[in-house]
Amino acid sequence: MINGLGLIFSNIHEDQLREITNNRTMASVPFGGRYRIVDFVLSNMTNAGINTVGIITKTNYQSLMDHVGSGKEWNLARKNGGLHFLPPYGRTTGNFVYKGKVQALKGVFEFLSKTKERYVVLSDCDIVAGIDLDEVFDFHIKKRADITMMYTVRQITKEEASKSTLLNVDFDERVFKMINRGSDEGYQKVSMNVWIMEKSFLMALIDEASVQGARHIEEEVLAPRLRQLKIYGFRFNGYSAKIDSLANYYARNMDLLDRDVRKKLFEGKRIYTKIKDEVPTYYDRQCKVSNSLVGDGCIIEGTVKDSILFRGVKVEKGAVVENSILMQDSSIGEYAHLHAVILDKNVVIKNNRNLSGHETYPLYVSKGGVI
Amino acid sequence: MAVKKECIAMLLAGGQGSRLYTLTKKLAKPAVPFGGKYRIIDFTLSNCTNSGIETVGILTQYQPLKLNTYIGTGQPWDLDRIDGGAFILPPFQRQQGADWYKGTANAIFQNMNFIEGYSPEYVLILSGDHVYKMDYSLMLSFHKQNRADCTIAVLEVPMNEASRFGIMSTDKEFRITDFEEKPSHPKSSLASMGIYIFKWEKLKKYLIEDEKNSDSDNDFGKDIIPSMLKKGERLFAYRFKGYWKDVGTIESLWEANMDLLDSKSGINFDDPNFKIYSKNQGLPPHFVGVDGKVENSIVAEGCEVYGTVENSILFLGVKVESGAFVKDSILMHDTVIKRDAVVCKSILAENVTVGRDSYIGKKLKGEGEASDVTVVGEGNVIEEGTVILAGEILD
Repeated sequence: MINGLGLIFSNIHEDQLREITNNRTMASVPFGGRYRIVDFVLSNMTNAGINTVGIITKTNYQSLMDHVGSGKEWNLARKNGGLHFLPPYGRTTGNFVYKGKVQALKGVFEFLSKTKERYVVLSDCDIVAGIDLDEVFDFHIKKRADITMMYTVRQITKEEASKSTLLNVDFDERVFKMINRGSDEGYQKVSMNVWIMEKSFLMALIDEASVQGARHIEEEVLAPRLRQLKIYGFRFNGYSAKIDSLANYYARNMDLLDRDVRKKLFEGKRIYTKIKDEVPTYYDRQCKVSNSLVGDGCIIEGTVKDSILFRGVKVEKGAVVENSILMQDSSIGEYAHLHAVILDKNVVIKNNRNLSGHETYPLYVSKGGVI
Repeated sequence: MAVKKECIAMLLAGGQGSRLYTLTKKLAKPAVPFGGKYRIIDFTLSNCTNSGIETVGILTQYQPLKLNTYIGTGQPWDLDRIDGGAFILPPFQRQQGADWYKGTANAIFQNMNFIEGYSPEYVLILSGDHVYKMDYSLMLSFHKQNRADCTIAVLEVPMNEASRFGIMSTDKEFRITDFEEKPSHPKSSLASMGIYIFKWEKLKKYLIEDEKNSDSDNDFGKDIIPSMLKKGERLFAYRFKGYWKDVGTIESLWEANMDLLDSKSGINFDDPNFKIYSKNQGLPPHFVGVDGKVENSIVAEGCEVYGTVENSILFLGVKVESGAFVKDSILMHDTVIKRDAVVCKSILAENVTVGRDSYIGKKLKGEGEASDVTVVGEGNVIEEGTVILAGEILD
């Protein structure tokens, strides 16, 4: 159990997933048939015994507040600690919205100083993984690290590299090089943007950085000081998905059709989410469903293949849904045909419609659309 | 300071449900799983919440562990309240000794202090044994309109089944003129659903009197209602229309589950304005494999289906491996059907494992369609290649 609090950046890298984050935060992007991305981050924290979590918000956070509520579903409706929304702090002179993590963290100093936890776990919200934070914390203590950063080793493209922080670590796992927005493709150690450090250390770091007018914590604060700071990298070998484009959002969702991925993500731990009290899903007599992940409250009369159906989706008779992601409460009319499509919430596809995208470029229909 | 409540509910959840045999070996009947993700008590508790009744005393006695853990703070049903909420009320010791709950009326009698704490005008008596959706607030308005001392919810049952129920006759204004508990020659087909609203002051008086009578069974149907009638109190029948089922036997439990697969049965829990709540387990969505086949079935979260499932109810976390065949069956939480096993017209309780190539519910030659339901009790591990004949009950 970690004597620490969680800090979550809810509006992270939204420009990379503009379609789906048009009216929600990255944190509240739906994922995997019944979740929002933040569910994984929050559940990892809760499962490690973290009782205090601050969610740093910036814009568009209505849907996130609606989803998270009091935090009771993550065991975070607590007298001691609990869940705290940290929206941008008002200033007497005009609107102040933070830019960069340094300012964002400076803006939550009051929250940091009034909480009693010793450590902080910081996490972005564009990562889906089942992390045992206890293990990372043990590593942090053992290494006597100032900062522990989680990373995965995977093959990336130039484009992905330009959106990531890459780490170089020595035999002792100490970070000796940090490349931000680089161009190195191939097998790389990619930072998951999950960090552990002491709270007082973080506050001192941010104080100094903000005096210097720094904005980006990695480039301006950490990277230049790798010799003085003991930053260690914790290699994460489980399944993790970083959502940084629509094509990637699609592919990472589809990963869940693989039994091994589901095992890594869900087995032995609980990923909590908002409860909707839907009835279980009903499969009609004529339906055909194969290789699909299906949430509660669906009614399936048609054919569903290689797809992900969120809660409350209706597929009417004769309809065919292939290689698609249908978010909550969307409905597919009779004899409609969908291929490689992402439907946001509450989309209505009328009878006999024919929609097709491609696996590498899925067709996206925004929330509430009627076709 | 005690907060006054107009109406509080007392839910009788102590019943053993002995006709469910092995299914209630380790749990009380209200905790028996139903419909893929529910337990029977969810229906009554959700009805309370949906009817604006925020204080529910739950009287437990038989095997209460699972029920107690399930109900917890009452949060899943929105019954974690600052004033009121859900309370588990087991029998307890007093200075003069201790008693089990001797009958339904005695259970309420023993908890009079709990009720008095809310100084309610009305008390709603419920049982946790039935599957139905009902807005009790409408029944309460009916009760008030009639200035009734007691209102009993009733429904029309087929005449040949009437002798299983408390049967009553009414006048044109629905005032009850006659009440018989399980009559051998029923005079009408209006059956009591075991749902009563009493004026609390009246009920209190009758409970105290009944307790003094050593010949009494301390039962609402057998003692309290008949004596109120005899004294000329105002008793009314509130007609309920809709799906209602007593799931007290293996056969009726199986049927009620199967009703969920039949749109004509009238059972429909998919109503956003009247949701049935249940405790959530935080499981991922369910998955149907490449060769999985699911037809006319209900599948809950956390299931993995690689085999064939027809006309069945799969509860949370059930696994059906490839080549397995499940038909007309109810598989409760976390049950696993291994490769090439067959399960027909069976109820498998929680955490059962059916080994490879086994056959559960096999009919003997010459047996027609109407075979009995096969039941496998909680936690059983069926060895590879085992055959269990239709109608057997495996403890």
